[in-house]
Amino acid sequence: MPQIASTMKSFRTRVAKTSPKAPTGITGFDEICGGGLPRGSTTLLVGGPGSGKTIFALQFAMHGARYCKEPAIFVAFEETSKRVKSNAESFGWKIKELGPSKLFFLDAQPMSDRVHSGTFDLSGMLAALEAQINKMGARRIVFDALDILLALLPDEAAKRREVYRLHDWLREHELTGLITSKASQEETNCIVQESFSFMQFMVDCAVMLNHTVVQGVSQRSLRVQKYRGTSFDENQSPFVIGSRGIEVAVARTSSRVQISVTNERVSSGVERLDTMLGGGYYRGASVLITGFPGTAKTTLSGAFAAAACRRRERTIFVSFDSDGAEVVRNLASVSIGLNRYIKNGCLCMVSGRTISGSAETFLVRIKALATEHKARCIVIDPVSTISSSGNELTAYGVAERLIDWSKTMGTTLVCTSLLDEVSSHLLASSPLRISKMADTWIHLNYLVQAGERNRGMSIIKSRGTAHSNQVRELILNDAGVTVTDTYTAEGEVLMGTLRWEKESAERGAKDMAEVAGRVKRVRLDAEEAELEVRLKALQVELEAKQVEKALLVSTAESREGVLLQGRSRMRELRGADTAISRQK
Amino acid sequence: MNRGAPYRFRLYVAGDAQNSAQAIANLNALCREHLPDRHSIEIVDVFRKPEYALAESIFMTPTLVKLGPLPVRTIVGTLSQTQPVLHALGLGTLSV
Repeated sequence: MPQIASTMKSFRTRVAKTSPKAPTGITGFDEICGGGLPRGSTTLLVGGPGSGKTIFALQFAMHGARYCKEPAIFVAFEETSKRVKSNAESFGWKIKELGPSKLFFLDAQPMSDRVHSGTFDLSGMLAALEAQINKMGARRIVFDALDILLALLPDEAAKRREVYRLHDWLREHELTGLITSKASQEETNCIVQESFSFMQFMVDCAVMLNHTVVQGVSQRSLRVQKYRGTSFDENQSPFVIGSRGIEVAVARTSSRVQISVTNERVSSGVERLDTMLGGGYYRGASVLITGFPGTAKTTLSGAFAAAACRRRERTIFVSFDSDGAEVVRNLASVSIGLNRYIKNGCLCMVSGRTISGSAETFLVRIKALATEHKARCIVIDPVSTISSSGNELTAYGVAERLIDWSKTMGTTLVCTSLLDEVSSHLLASSPLRISKMADTWIHLNYLVQAGERNRGMSIIKSRGTAHSNQVRELILNDAGVTVTDTYTAEGEVLMGTLRWEKESAERGAKDMAEVAGRVKRVRLDAEEAELEVRLKALQVELEAKQVEKALLVSTAESREGVLLQGRSRMRELRGADTAISRQK
Repeated sequence: MNRGAPYRFRLYVAGDAQNSAQAIANLNALCREHLPDRHSIEIVDVFRKPEYALAESIFMTPTLVKLGPLPVRTIVGTLSQTQPVLHALGLGTLSV
């Protein structure tokens, strides 16, 4: 931001040339409020104990000092600056590197042995701060735990007066101020303390931090209560304190919709399933595999992971139910060898049990792991874990953001989801309602027939893909995972041994028919041959008769000739004449 | 307590603010009454010397610091309530 740099020195005469928002650097928060906190005015940050106020405030100060060329002052009323700094080290912010010329800490903890007598005000502190601001050209200032200071003041009127003094002072110096304050545990939305209720009216922006425990699971959320002159996301947004500071979960905002859609297909790892899907899953799609325990959900997702590794795509396999090594061993029994990919670093097995915390924490961890591993494919087995007790309310939002995120990253996501006996009746309302968001939904179930359980597989939906709507049988054996057609007889689907029996019965019947056909043909051949023989004999007889007839004719002729000769001879002898010529 | 030891005070004030003026008046009255001829008062205006306030962590005005005799004591406010002030300054024998 070069324009900030140029105006930094002459901040007193600064015209509002720069953006009206001061970015906090807090993932997600800047998106909620359209860029950051209001520049040149005051924001109130309220929250219960341990809700993350100090971290929020410090991140805001650190971000300004490090990335926005806005030196910051951090006034610590509660914790000593040393403790604040050491707490921040775990986020890798390297506060010490910045030095006091960029980020100045002022320890202002009231001393316990300090005696109070009569009225007093904050002029001393403001004078001290003013000197420091001029010295370092500070643009941001944080008053952490102002309530501690105000508690020293004898009455409401004094508190009010000092808050006004502070506010006016911040205005006058055109500082972007952030004041944090505790709120009572029960109700963070309405501040009980009187001095803060008017403060909420006074400031231009107020943010509430909420920290509740639902069934033993810590849930943090944040809400922008007011923000003058700007539109903002008014809903409560969950957040986590991650390894790099606060991360606020935000639904996909319009500015983030830049998903590159591709027609590229990636193999599911099962050949026949690929053909059923018309070539495999889409790259970047979210695939959901649902089913009861033991329906081979893990196997199917393992097949996908193995296929991804074969294509040399970096993959993460997050397994919640069993340990990574167990999954690898179990999958090896169906010829899905993952070990070599783990060894060459292509595949990263993550045991989900090591992640503890809210659903939001899972998401943050998975995101961090995926980014670290540069994963192009992610398997989460099963994703329904995130909706475990205490997380029921937030899990849906988390799943939604997980899918959004993986789409934005172009990562192909395969999630399995456990269905229990109860929800099986309501297939459409699978846990998390993730099925609505998933692009491809494969359902696995058991078919119990003739004392046998067989695995059936069907594609319930697959967006943008012509897909088979037939139930197929999923067969697992040491040769691998295969999908075969089921046998449909009289409207019933047969699997396993029944299918085999039916198929072999059919084969037998076919053989019989073939033999019968052959026999008949032979018989017909014989009959044909016989007829041909008879035909030949008759022909011979016919010829004989013809010869005989010809002979007969010729004999008759010769006899007549002889007779005629004899007659003419007689005529000659008799000397007859005309009568013969008339006869001729 | 050595009654002969001189008291050294530093009073931080904020310009001519009303409470600062009150503190100066109260301190002078107190010293006149309880520490005649064995005190010295230094008045520091935080507006003129903010670096003092920063260095000494003086955030509220008026603030009185008793530099001597030891221990160093800090009293915040207009010093209007005489008894607690005397007590804090180690002149508590006068309070009951």
